Amino acid sequence: MSKINQSRISRRTVLGASAASVAALSMPGILRADERSLKVGVYGGYFKKSFDTHIFPAFTEATGIKVESVAEPTGEAWLVQLEQAARAKRAPADVSMMSQVALLKGQTTNLWAALDLSKIPNSANLLGNFINKYEDGRVAGIGAVSWYVNLVSNTDVIKEEPTSWAALWDEARKDQLGLLALVSNSFLLEVTAKTFMGGTSALVTEEGILKAFDKLSELKDNVRLWYRDEAQFEQGLKSGEIPMGQYYHDVTGLAIADGHPVRSTFPKEGGILDSGSWALSRASDKVEEAHIFMNYMSQPEVQSNMSRKVGTAPTVKRSLLDLTPEEFASVSSEIDPIIPRYDMYQNRSDWLNQKWTELIVG
Amino acid sequence: MTQRKPQSLADYTPLFYPALMLMVFFVIPFGTMMAVSFFQRDVGGFYTPDFVWDNYERFFSLFFAKILGFSLSLAMLVSLICVTISFPFTYLLTRCERKTQIIWLIVILSVLSLSEVIIGFAWSTLFSRTAGIGNILVWLGVAEKSTALYPGFGAVLTAMVYQALPYTVLVLYPSLSRFDTSFLEAAKTMGASPVRAFLNVLIPVQRNTILATVIMVFVFALGSYLLPQILGRPQHWTLSVLITDQAIYQSNMPFAAAMAVFLVLMSLALVGLTLLIGRKSEAPA
Repeated sequence: MSKINQSRISRRTVLGASAASVAALSMPGILRADERSLKVGVYGGYFKKSFDTHIFPAFTEATGIKVESVAEPTGEAWLVQLEQAARAKRAPADVSMMSQVALLKGQTTNLWAALDLSKIPNSANLLGNFINKYEDGRVAGIGAVSWYVNLVSNTDVIKEEPTSWAALWDEARKDQLGLLALVSNSFLLEVTAKTFMGGTSALVTEEGILKAFDKLSELKDNVRLWYRDEAQFEQGLKSGEIPMGQYYHDVTGLAIADGHPVRSTFPKEGGILDSGSWALSRASDKVEEAHIFMNYMSQPEVQSNMSRKVGTAPTVKRSLLDLTPEEFASVSSEIDPIIPRYDMYQNRSDWLNQKWTELIVG
Repeated sequence: MTQRKPQSLADYTPLFYPALMLMVFFVIPFGTMMAVSFFQRDVGGFYTPDFVWDNYERFFSLFFAKILGFSLSLAMLVSLICVTISFPFTYLLTRCERKTQIIWLIVILSVLSLSEVIIGFAWSTLFSRTAGIGNILVWLGVAEKSTALYPGFGAVLTAMVYQALPYTVLVLYPSLSRFDTSFLEAAKTMGASPVRAFLNVLIPVQRNTILATVIMVFVFALGSYLLPQILGRPQHWTLSVLITDQAIYQSNMPFAAAMAVFLVLMSLALVGLTLLIGRKSEAPA
């Protein structure tokens, strides 16, 4: 009995000691409470790693605001999480990099806090289409980076560089393509319209969209892999097992730098130019810091740096950048790009998704 | 000691804990899902509470019926293959020395620690043309040249069986290790060959265990969504893949919930049917 008593006392002592040490450990946190910080959501993996190494430390140095980066999943998964958290008045990230479709969807529920452009003077540097606005004119997002989805191929298997997206329809490519599996991130309808129908304006009507679907169904036999996960395709592309497809220009550049036999082509119809915007969750209380962050990121020097270090295309006017022609060519192209029809994904989302699933599954 | 009917509320107390767990981990989540499945989808946004049948209406089409049919058949096939392989294996395992058994069980448990993602990517490498088992076949002189074995139905099936096999063994193990071998000895004395004794004595005696295992593996396989996606072509995507697409990529929770509710109901119905058939054949003719 006395033994048990002893052990009980000692356990309580241990508990007490550990509680005291936890309190002690959290003390510095209280002391540092006035230090400013910001939680920033960026796409996990390569993007987050590059931002953590090359971009965020310089921001902290310049402004004294600490950045805590949060890995966000691609697609709309992050939007769902942000929205549900905002309903509970929480913000898993204050500022997030959002794709255009996700940003538009967030606008319908007023997820994004309105930004004050007078506190972001550098926004004047941005190309006109990189300021996202609510219908009533409030600013919902600021262009962060843009990136190209290009026609990629394995140089060992496909000796001659393709010049047009039409190469995807070539019968010689039977069972050799890797394409993105979702209608809203593959943008293949736009590619089809630009390549065969004279431009993406053909997609304004339902009839035009159906025609593009018909044309797309012709390349189904060529597709070996409809991928959701980038790693799935990248492996096959490098080994030559899936020698052609669509893929991100920046990541392909890294693979080339690592010596893999791959190439990324800006086809004559243009690469697909997609972009991400910084947006602030309405549940965040770091409004001041968020504006400072966005202003910092919109500087031409920072944008040039991102192009060099992360491989993204700038959202700032070309004339303001100090990129050499070679540096600019490695992340972008003078060929008129294919701009996704974001409005289409917002207005016809479910219908498009259903047709698309029927196309690839059926 | 005879069983006494519970007299007072206090006699029911042992039931409170399981009931509470069932509430927290099954009834409440499933109820939430049911509710969401009737909500109004907000295109471009999220959902608003409502009571509409739209989500179910969209699901009732030949397209989704085919996918549901495929998902159920795939899960059933995986389950049958797993039990067919595991039953003799587990039986032989229980006849081994204690030490051998422990080693095998540890190996089997370690497979359980692998995530679906790792299993999927590992098999996709094994089935690839450049780095896969095709090269071993060429080296052995069995095949002319290495070919890719994925994406395809065979790849999906193999990986799913691989993933479900450890569960199958672990579910069969307790019952088979308690099996009284005197049944088989009796059969032997009456002149039955070992194979015959296995088929005509062991399997009928273990019928309920087998049935329970088939159901468990079936339900387990039905939820698989990563393997069909990594190793299959779009026509091999299960309903779970499409549910994920709707929930995560389209942020269409009501439709995803409606599909999930339907999938749960279908599998419950199938499990019920299986149990019913099992009970009927058990009754004396």
